[in-house]
Amino acid sequence: MFYRENGQFKSSYVSDQQMLPILQDRVFMGLLLIFAFGAVPLFVSDYVFLSLLIPFLILTLAAIGLNILVGYCGQISIGHAAFMSVGAYAAYNLALRVPQLNFLVVLVLAGLIAAAVGILFGIPSLRIKGLYLAVATLAAQFFTDWLFARVKWFTNYSSSGSVSTAPIVIFGWKVDSPAEKYLLLLAVLVFFTLVAKNLVRGHIGRAWMSMRDMDVAAEVIGIRPVYAKLTAFAVSSFYVGVAGALWGFVYLGAWEPLAFNLNLSLNLLFMIIIGGMGSLLGSYFGAAFIVALPILLDQVPSWLGVQMSTATSSHLASMIFGGLIVFFLIVEPHGLARLWAVGKEKLRLWPFPH
Amino acid sequence: MKAKIAMLAASAAIAAIGSTSALAQAKEQFFPVLSYRTGAYAPNGIPFANGYVDYLKLVNARDGGINGVKITFEECETGYATDKGVECYERLKGKGPTGATAFHPLSTGITFALTDKSFADHIPIVTTGYGRADSVDGSVFGWNFPLGGTYWDAADMLVQEIGKKEGGLDKLKGKKIALVYHDSPYGKEPIALLEERAKMHGYQLQLLPVTHPGVEQKSTWLQIRQQRPDYVFLWGWGVMNSTAIKEAVATGYPREKMYGVWWSGAEPDVIPAGDGAKGYNALVFLAPAGQGQVHKDMIKYVYDKGQGAGKKEEIGEVLYNRGMAAAMVTVEAVRKAQVNYGKKPLTGVQVRWGLENLSIDPAMIKKLGFTGFMTPISTSCANHAGEAQAQIETWDGKKWQVHPGVIHADNSILKPMIRSSAEKYATEKKITKRDCAKEAG
Repeated sequence: MFYRENGQFKSSYVSDQQMLPILQDRVFMGLLLIFAFGAVPLFVSDYVFLSLLIPFLILTLAAIGLNILVGYCGQISIGHAAFMSVGAYAAYNLALRVPQLNFLVVLVLAGLIAAAVGILFGIPSLRIKGLYLAVATLAAQFFTDWLFARVKWFTNYSSSGSVSTAPIVIFGWKVDSPAEKYLLLLAVLVFFTLVAKNLVRGHIGRAWMSMRDMDVAAEVIGIRPVYAKLTAFAVSSFYVGVAGALWGFVYLGAWEPLAFNLNLSLNLLFMIIIGGMGSLLGSYFGAAFIVALPILLDQVPSWLGVQMSTATSSHLASMIFGGLIVFFLIVEPHGLARLWAVGKEKLRLWPFPH
Repeated sequence: MKAKIAMLAASAAIAAIGSTSALAQAKEQFFPVLSYRTGAYAPNGIPFANGYVDYLKLVNARDGGINGVKITFEECETGYATDKGVECYERLKGKGPTGATAFHPLSTGITFALTDKSFADHIPIVTTGYGRADSVDGSVFGWNFPLGGTYWDAADMLVQEIGKKEGGLDKLKGKKIALVYHDSPYGKEPIALLEERAKMHGYQLQLLPVTHPGVEQKSTWLQIRQQRPDYVFLWGWGVMNSTAIKEAVATGYPREKMYGVWWSGAEPDVIPAGDGAKGYNALVFLAPAGQGQVHKDMIKYVYDKGQGAGKKEEIGEVLYNRGMAAAMVTVEAVRKAQVNYGKKPLTGVQVRWGLENLSIDPAMIKKLGFTGFMTPISTSCANHAGEAQAQIETWDGKKWQVHPGVIHADNSILKPMIRSSAEKYATEKKITKRDCAKEAG
């Protein structure tokens, strides 16, 4: 009843091309942003910021990056934590060796370096497809693991191979309280989501999607596979690289190569599969699911007052978590984003369905 | 159905809020426990956690808390993963009336990540025999306490031990030493010192990393078979240790020439290798295996009442004792700080004072029932570790035989290394150093 586009006519190209064509969506998004920027920092505890919201925001950015490659361009990668680590170590070295650089500049440069590495590892995608490509991207994972563990220069000759970052200062604003970190990340995420949204609905995004749907047909209608695939790798790695830099600087503060291991790559992949491939909204849902669920499951027994050893509750949490993933994939193989879309569709007719 | 779930969630939320507010006024000292009872490192994580938790229970049951302030604690499962450890830290740091007392991460990776946070949160991080070697320098690492020794101490002691075996450190010239290490901050810590010593004595250092979790070591031991190093230092944790010993048996490398760090010298490390482990050596410090007065108390006050975290037979194992000792130093630090700040729940800042003024002498060790399981520790603002000392133990197939003769690390080598490494950290992180001389006065 409330969610209807009746009477909203598009009378110009501008209104036809806008990102959120329905008034209700615009209002909802506006309120959501006001809530996220204005209200959340006022009443959320530090624990929720540091353990839920901050990892959620960073991993959402990474999931958007991976979704561009896997969901939009159809190139499977199971080595994306590698590009995160490239971003993180690039940012670390830039901040260390050129201390006068602004953190935002460091972030963009780290993303660009990750993009360059991404293009390099994307080259095999021109020849191989599907699962074979997935295996090839694994090489990136193992290569960066090796590189950052063995080449001492990257870790500034730290004796333990672990690096730690300097505090973040942007134009004299020292980002150290959890709420400030949250606001910084939220701003970065909103900005990059806008960019991604415009990329995927523009001509580049169409080229990616046609590559995904049928590469031969795409080539026939004049889309260059080299250009389409490598831009997807570059943009995807850029996003993931920025996310990696944030993961290191804002969330961990100190890390070793193990922080970006295969597990993280797989988690990113799960995020977009559960959230929804080829959907930016799905990246948000997927990241929320993967970040929040294990933590919630872990704490449920103590909330309910059940005395349980931490080992049992942690085993139980992983079992339920695994079960839920299987459940969601059976019930809704297109991910949580699809559920959302179905819900919206139902809402159009509510309360008088046919 | 949906309504039911919503009700359940709501009641859970209310319960959570209720329990935290009830704690607010209590006369309690909250001890966070980061443990790992799952994953590849569980065989070693479980006995340590049991020892730690049991000792806290013992203090409550036997003494009624620390001078009447009851100890409360909560465990959080880290699985030895850094990100999970950070989450646990955030979850536990604010609990209890005055927040967390001190954290024992029991993982070098988590220690590194928490060190970064300690500067803002003002909660001490106690690392008994692990952690960053350079965090001995309390003027830079204000909140880290690597009590009882670091990996640089350990590596230094091992080099001294084989030097003694060869008949003098100068005899090490031309020898080959292989370091089989866990490829993580933990395993990499000793490398800096071993390289420094290699420059001094002219031995050849061979670095053989083993990737997490360490069950695949075939290629490592193939290299050892080809190169035939004179000694192998083992820097492993969890299943990696027992796998390494099994591989040594398979390659025919003499176990007598293998020396483990103190984290590679517990029962779960050698028992899976069976008879093959006979002759294997490891460092041992703070708490060797066995039982003393404190264990009798433990059985009487905790286990006989059915409150024990583990099995009765496992009391007195190496890692159990080490967990107990870790809990003991923290409890003693709180007791010390109470002298200064009063017998009430203390904050992290106050506990740090206790940790910096710790003086656990033999008389006190005796009083606590730890005779034979604990070395004296005294700390200061500038020195957060105290003097490190350890012994060598050998596995005879049944139990660990501790060799007589205490080894001390050579501070003339360690001090300059610690200073320069801490300096580097301070400039990297833009930390203003504390003036210890001023704070003392």
